[in-house]
Amino acid sequence: MKRPFKTRIKTLKIDGIDVGAREDETILELAQENGIFIPTLCHLEGVHDVGSCRLCLVEVKGSNKLFPSCMTYAEEGMEVITNSERLQTYRRQVLDLLFSERNHVCAVCVSNGNCELQWMAGKLGITHVGVPYLYPQLAVDASHPYYAHDPNRCILCTRCVRVCDEIEGAHTWDVMGRGVDCQIISDLNEPWGLAESCTRCGKCVQVCPTGALFTKGKAVAEMKKRHEFLPYLRSMREGRNE
Amino acid sequence: MNKTITIDPVTRIEGHSKITIHLDDTGRVDSARFHVTQFRGFEKLVEGRPFHEMPSLTARICGICPVSHLIASAKACDALMAVKIPETAAKLRQVLNLSQILQSHALSFFHLSSPDLVLGMDSDPAKRNIFGVAAEMPDLAKDGIWLRQYGQETIALLAGKRIHPAWVVPGGVSAPLTEDRRDAILAKIPEATKRVRRTLDWYKEVFGQFDAEIRTFANFPSLFMGLVTDNGELEMYDGKLRFIDATGRIVADKIEPEKFGDYIEEAVEPDSYLKSPYYKALGYPDGIYRVGPLARLNLIDRVGTPLADEEWSEFRMLERGASLSSFQYHYARLIEMLFCVEKIEKLLNSPDILSDHVRAKADPNSLEGIGVSEAPRGTLMHHYKIDRQGMMVWANLIIATGHNNLAMNKGVYQVARYFIHGEKIQEGMLNRVEAVIRTFDPCLSCSTHAFGQMPLRVELRSPDGELLDEVHQG
Repeated sequence: MKRPFKTRIKTLKIDGIDVGAREDETILELAQENGIFIPTLCHLEGVHDVGSCRLCLVEVKGSNKLFPSCMTYAEEGMEVITNSERLQTYRRQVLDLLFSERNHVCAVCVSNGNCELQWMAGKLGITHVGVPYLYPQLAVDASHPYYAHDPNRCILCTRCVRVCDEIEGAHTWDVMGRGVDCQIISDLNEPWGLAESCTRCGKCVQVCPTGALFTKGKAVAEMKKRHEFLPYLRSMREGRNE
Repeated sequence: MNKTITIDPVTRIEGHSKITIHLDDTGRVDSARFHVTQFRGFEKLVEGRPFHEMPSLTARICGICPVSHLIASAKACDALMAVKIPETAAKLRQVLNLSQILQSHALSFFHLSSPDLVLGMDSDPAKRNIFGVAAEMPDLAKDGIWLRQYGQETIALLAGKRIHPAWVVPGGVSAPLTEDRRDAILAKIPEATKRVRRTLDWYKEVFGQFDAEIRTFANFPSLFMGLVTDNGELEMYDGKLRFIDATGRIVADKIEPEKFGDYIEEAVEPDSYLKSPYYKALGYPDGIYRVGPLARLNLIDRVGTPLADEEWSEFRMLERGASLSSFQYHYARLIEMLFCVEKIEKLLNSPDILSDHVRAKADPNSLEGIGVSEAPRGTLMHHYKIDRQGMMVWANLIIATGHNNLAMNKGVYQVARYFIHGEKIQEGMLNRVEAVIRTFDPCLSCSTHAFGQMPLRVELRSPDGELLDEVHQG
């Protein structure tokens, strides 16, 4: 994200605490700076935010609307509430819908124990899924020589799309369809192994929060992801362009 | 007047099943059937999954013996990768498999079957459970609980957790064994040996009291099948298949496990979800064979560990040929527990057991793979087919209890015919019908294990559906 030449400082309240923020700072960044936890799934340090998962919703005094904190900038005199009964209910509903939309079976997943969705469900106190499962029939794409794509475990966070576009510059991944029919596709909906734009760098696999993208040959609970390198990679590349 | 007795559910076994017994006009048993009433569908639901997930996926078939499925499945996956796994990995898998057999045998003998042996077949059903045993013979109950715990703890020390560990992977195991863990397992070996031997001594004293049961508990000629080493010793992990007949004569030997399809075929019965495999050469249903502890001890030339070999030679004195009564599954189970303890010790003392070379890696190289190993209840077979990208396209699993299906049915009929007469049902009669099933320790692929707490309902009905008699339990 391009920062304005001159930044002004705004003063506001988060959960009753007086804080100062740059005007180009999001509520989420501000909260994280001040040690306040706001749950996220689609947010990823190093790539642009899209506000798609809706887990980071916060309340702002004076408005009945809920705001995605990753897309909302600090304003003078704002009073933000990051954790309320209402927000907890909505966040749990978001997870409910994510779980019911695809076939998430933690017990036999490559990412069991290392999954951000699983961790978040525990953190937000999900004990059961309140809506009926859809059980879609989705085929695993194992055409790629190194990696596989299992849409059964995809939550459509689009981290893979963004990292491939913004960091690698290949834009192999994109989104097809609408609503529950949304799907992550490679190139023009071709098998991943045939996608000519793919550089096989594997960044998409490392940033995927669940077991939807994984290294081939990994057995259950063996897929551990690392994406700490992203902000570093980004700053190095931006530095070079200047 | 024809009548039907239904035992539903059968208690103190792993899973859900019922038994129906048909009486003829004179009140004698006309026919008896063992029905498995649960359907799992694992062979179907694994289709389309990457084969690397198969060990953990199929382990979910069962909460009692997930390890057995892990082992057979991982072996089938090794075959898909067409690799020879590192020696240390094979040894570690063996130790895990033996611990599984040890804990499962302890569960079967002490928790599920010892109530019948200690308290009697006709004792009060409300007390005929492990708590009743604990009140009557506290030391025996403690031995059982200790031995099962030892097996489970060993599994946890090796694989990270007791139930559904993910440590066994295609190509080997995911992490080497550490020295402190090995030592922790080895430290308890003497205690385990002592407790198994004590139980064996007790069993040898008391089994004579069950003469009628020994004569009638699935006591008939049949084939026996199991894995043996190249020199005819007891083998739980690798080895070749061997079939013997009721006289103890070898009818087929040194069969490569992947060739099992040349010898076994599966029949489907309309009244049960459990398929009935049979020995091809004899056809269906004459090709009846048994697997599991009794079969294994019947078909080997020797056990291969000193203490278990001593016990085995005594066991072999019971009969001229093979031991035919399924009642002696209990005896065989105890001898195998001794073997497991001895073998675990031997394997863990191997100089290379702590090596960190425990995994072979490869892409799928073969489109078909078969893994065969011995589970507590008998020979377990996993047969997979994949596409070139490693996705499962077909699976067939033959579980130990399946091999025993024809024999269990025949056993139910035999025991019902001997013990059930007339219109008045006595609870002890029915318990014997269930007890014959328990000797096989069937695992109806289930994570539910009930002992004496599940309600048992038996109804005696006339052909027009009129209720003549009813017995409730639990």
